[in-house]
Amino acid sequence: MSATAENAVETSPRRRTSLRKMIGSRPVSVAIYLAVMWVIVATALKGAEAMGYNWQWYRIPRYFYEATEGGIVLGEIPWGLVGTLALSGTAFLLAVAIGLIVALLRLSDLIVGRWVARGFLELVRNTPLLVLLYVFYYVFGPIFGLNRYTASVGCLAVFHGALISEIFRAGINAVPRGQWEAANSIGMTGWQIYRYIVLPQSIRFMLPPMTGEVVNMIKSSAIVSVIAVAELTTVGRNIISDTYMSFEIWFTIAAVYMVVTLIISTGATVLERRYAVRD
Amino acid sequence: MSDDAPIIELRNVSKFFGPFQALAGINLSVVAGERVVVCGPSGSGKSTMIRCINRLEEHDQGSITVDGISLGEDTKDIRAVRQEVGMVFQQFNLFPHLTVLENLTIGPIRVRKMEKARAESLARNYLERVHIPEQAGKYPAQLSGGQQQRVAIARSLCMEPRILLFDEPTSALDPEMINEVLDVMVELAGTGMTMIVVTHEMGFARKVADRMVFMEAGRIVEVAPPSVFFTNPESDRARMFLDQILEH
Repeated sequence: MSATAENAVETSPRRRTSLRKMIGSRPVSVAIYLAVMWVIVATALKGAEAMGYNWQWYRIPRYFYEATEGGIVLGEIPWGLVGTLALSGTAFLLAVAIGLIVALLRLSDLIVGRWVARGFLELVRNTPLLVLLYVFYYVFGPIFGLNRYTASVGCLAVFHGALISEIFRAGINAVPRGQWEAANSIGMTGWQIYRYIVLPQSIRFMLPPMTGEVVNMIKSSAIVSVIAVAELTTVGRNIISDTYMSFEIWFTIAAVYMVVTLIISTGATVLERRYAVRD
Repeated sequence: MSDDAPIIELRNVSKFFGPFQALAGINLSVVAGERVVVCGPSGSGKSTMIRCINRLEEHDQGSITVDGISLGEDTKDIRAVRQEVGMVFQQFNLFPHLTVLENLTIGPIRVRKMEKARAESLARNYLERVHIPEQAGKYPAQLSGGQQQRVAIARSLCMEPRILLFDEPTSALDPEMINEVLDVMVELAGTGMTMIVVTHEMGFARKVADRMVFMEAGRIVEVAPPSVFFTNPESDRARMFLDQILEH
């Protein structure tokens, strides 16, 4: 009795690891994944059927492209995507500039600089993005003469600039103090040390969170659809108000966002590998 | 400036880290070409003292004059001093994202505004002096500790400083690499470079030091030529310290 119990105790860990191995193997993982996805999709479809939803997927392709006599003409969704990319791209460049300035102020010896940076960061970080957008459009808009587009770019740049400043700060702090000391002791100026010694080394630390910010920027740019700036989500809303195909369009728009962000993440992984080789 | 005017002068220098007093009224003059070895138990303020000389640490009281420039808040003065004072660190602190050659030329190019070609020939010259001309294209991580420290020495030399400070340059090295670094330092001493070396390598001290400085608890306890210091130290503390480190 006791011998068999001991036996069981002895063999069970091995059995557990082999079970774990089996679950972890690729075919089993794929099977589990497909099963879970099937349950979700089936439930959704059943729900849609129950409410009598009339699926019209065949009407979707024309929003991507249409073949006319003059050749292929891009539909509304690609143009919306162009709008999204232009908006997020511009805002991201501005955000990086803002982030760098705020981070350098935060790390500077100037007490005023540190406080300004800190205040900016806390103010922006603790405001909901939607409220910030309303402030930019309804308050700063009339005051500084911002139109929908510039208000949107400004809002996104300021919001993500605050977050990016923390990425810069962490990346700069991750460079060992000895690097500053070595650079200082050959007489470099603070600016030269950042430019030639510290920032090149912090890129490696900043790349992964920075990619996350690019992806976040693209996703949060959807919020400007509330003030009807031409971009992907706004396009989706417009098509739905014409066609009432809300399920198909929102699935499609979501898929387009996902494809774009997945491409960016993959590209970033390649970049990270290149910067990681150094040491 | 006449030869016996001090190139480095510390007068009554004190330094606090919070409530802890790291330096307590240090007085020290070093003339051009002199080789000073600083020793003492850990925490005695040796590193802090030499780090004050190129203002990696700010002193709180007293005055420090280097090559006629008084160290204060003026950043231009500080940079001027740093260009004349090279520093070799315990942890090498090479720039890991730059090749050996780039590590050596970045100072001359960016700080001295030297042309790239000239800076590179200068750098190769000094790599030759530290016996590793063949490593110019490598990254620091590809070198051994001893080689890295010799690159660090060459990097300091490329700024053509009048003074070199060494902060325990062999303490982070594996034993078999210590001598290759000390050999380079002995050769340097032979060129008439002004050197202040914080080290526990007493063999090196005996060989090159003009003066030994023994510190304890933030004070200079004894200053003596090595012949006197090693055979007949004046203070009991220095005697005890030497007994401890020379035992083996």
